[in-house]
Amino acid sequence: MNRRLLFILPLLTLALMAGFFAWSLLAGRDPASIGSVLVGRPAPRLEVKALREGEPPLTDALLKTGKPAIVNFFASWCTPCLAEHPLFTRLAQREGAVIIGVAWKNKPAEANAWLKRLGDPYKFAGADVEGRTGLDWGLSGVPETYLVDGQGIVRRHFRGPITERDVNETILPFLKGAK
Amino acid sequence: MLQDPALELRARDIGRALRCVVCQNQSIDDSNAEVARDMRRAVRERLSAGDDDRAVFAYMVARYGDYVLLKPPFKAGTWVLWLGGPLVLLIAGAALLIAARRRRQVPLAPLQPLSEEEQRRLDALLKP
Repeated sequence: MNRRLLFILPLLTLALMAGFFAWSLLAGRDPASIGSVLVGRPAPRLEVKALREGEPPLTDALLKTGKPAIVNFFASWCTPCLAEHPLFTRLAQREGAVIIGVAWKNKPAEANAWLKRLGDPYKFAGADVEGRTGLDWGLSGVPETYLVDGQGIVRRHFRGPITERDVNETILPFLKGAK
Repeated sequence: MLQDPALELRARDIGRALRCVVCQNQSIDDSNAEVARDMRRAVRERLSAGDDDRAVFAYMVARYGDYVLLKPPFKAGTWVLWLGGPLVLLIAGAALLIAARRRRQVPLAPLQPLSEEEQRRLDALLKP
């Protein structure tokens, strides 16, 4: 009896591993995901000079207005930013969302030309030429988007371009529900 | 690069222990990514400002989480990772020891002297 139990051991190990692999595959687990430590915490400092000429620099006060805000880091050299751009246009024009754009490691002239060509959905726009603000925001690249509630708490952090699905399932409910 | 060689050495050591967030298993010291460059600069700025090594690591963890550490910290979520290997080794060692001891305890059958027939065959075989 004892001995027979011993033979089951390798099978048990195999079953355990197979279970783990199946869970990894099916549950959409992504070991490469960085996650975000910002969610649920007050937004980091947002002190960048304005992207558009003649505008005052961005400050933290923009994130504590009592109204939710979307913070989007982008760059004119970034292709996925081009892909998500129409969604921001739609959010700004149709939903009246407050979108703060920060051009990351981008010459202001190039970022401005890009926005002139595609349309500018940003109520406020800043230029983080050296990437210092990006680092404070835990940025890994562009595009990345943060949903910040009216009290200045980060509620969501998207790494990579937002999609139509993100807009419908996450961003719109957030804009309606956030205080 | 920092002017002070001792500080630069510390910056290198820290850089080797921080993970580049876009290249997964490269340290920021090895990586050419834009973010890695910013992180190297931030490490040097923190050190120049008088931060000790722990404060620099804390600075990065506050922004990028534990993911940024190539050596994961020992805490509730990671004890299996740290102790799992040694534990399995311990169990295997114990099992081996028990098995070895059990084998030694099996008594050998008492030796029987050769029968006459066997002795004769042995002699025949050994004869030059």
